[in-house]
Amino acid sequence: MIDEGLQSELKKQGVYVTSLQELYNWGRANSVWPLTFGLACCAIEMIAASMARYDISRFGAEVFRPSPRQADLMIVAGTVTKKMAPLVVRLFNQMPEPKYVIAMGACAISGGPFKQGYNVLKGVDRYLPVDVVIPGCPPRPEALLHALITLQEKILNQPLTGPDRPRHLNADVPGEFPVPAYGPHDLEPPNNPNLWQPPTLTR
Amino acid sequence: METLEQIKARIEPSLPLTKIDLLPNECPAGERSLVVEASRALAVAGFLRDDAQLQLDYCSNVTGIDWPETVIKTKVKKKVQVEGVEQEVEEIVETLRSGHLEVVYHLYSMALKHGPVVLRLRTENRTDKTHLPSLTPVWRGAEFQEREIFDLYGVIFDGHPDLRRLLMWDEFVGFPMRRDYVAPDDFEYEPTPHDEVLAAARKHYPVAATPEVKPEVPV
Repeated sequence: MIDEGLQSELKKQGVYVTSLQELYNWGRANSVWPLTFGLACCAIEMIAASMARYDISRFGAEVFRPSPRQADLMIVAGTVTKKMAPLVVRLFNQMPEPKYVIAMGACAISGGPFKQGYNVLKGVDRYLPVDVVIPGCPPRPEALLHALITLQEKILNQPLTGPDRPRHLNADVPGEFPVPAYGPHDLEPPNNPNLWQPPTLTR
Repeated sequence: METLEQIKARIEPSLPLTKIDLLPNECPAGERSLVVEASRALAVAGFLRDDAQLQLDYCSNVTGIDWPETVIKTKVKKKVQVEGVEQEVEEIVETLRSGHLEVVYHLYSMALKHGPVVLRLRTENRTDKTHLPSLTPVWRGAEFQEREIFDLYGVIFDGHPDLRRLLMWDEFVGFPMRRDYVAPDDFEYEPTPHDEVLAAARKHYPVAATPEVKPEVPV
């Protein structure tokens, strides 16, 4: 690992020294392609974030792809109903690694105002590995930009080796997640136990 | 537009064996409606659409109502002889109203710019005799809304071109908008439960000696 002071001095002399990890992560973090995918009113804010006023292309994420095969980032923008949940998981499975999930808004986090409904999934984290959550109902475009910057920081700090390396560099960790089945009243299973388990509360 | 009495007076002679009830409405708007027997609904709907003075060519809304079996208490004044003197006494009379499902159609006329006329159909009961004639052959726009009512209330529309569930998945059992539907128990985690949700969430948590809430992060 090169000393930071020396690196800075060399930079002033026109010599740029970096590690492969930094270069690799720098490249990944600055071209995150989201999937064109909206479920409810949060999608309107997502569209606003991609337009001229908020301009998500300043952060290299303006290329909304209409196919999961070309996308890196799934922005779950809106209420996930139980009927829609298996399709959302299947879309995520079709995305190539490395891939990330942003849960945008109260509904995607917990079911939001529809939490007590019989037909609403109570948080997309029950089936998908969520990297960044954005609170709000709906969150403003600035909040989505902040979530993208947070995700970029997460990507920049990922080590490429060792036990904490990202999923796509670790053959033991699966990149696909089980798709829930439609049951007579609820999804089966109601959550992916490897990803989410109800916290132990005492009350 | 004609009043409902006038519409009723014109329908009943022109369609034999048809009986129409006018349902009063006590709410401030006082929107009354026509209640038609299921067997004659298609003929009445055709009349309402094709009649030259009505031309109700647009079905703007179809919705369902679940009426479970209930005991209705009404106060009745009675004259009773008490010690030779006639007195008025209030008595509470209990009547059992049988349960049924109801479908409500709101009709307008695009040609004559009037409406709405409210049309109601009722099933015989809520369990096995839940068949009603579909009015999709008369108003094409009713197709998806009748599918939704089939999905959520369980009314079976005879003559519907494509009667499948609309909002819930095909494997779903039950009709979630009925009053006696029990939602799946998925309150494993509730950060701020209260009232019925608290009662439902309690089943998933050990009860603490003190009411203090202590969240613990799962391992």
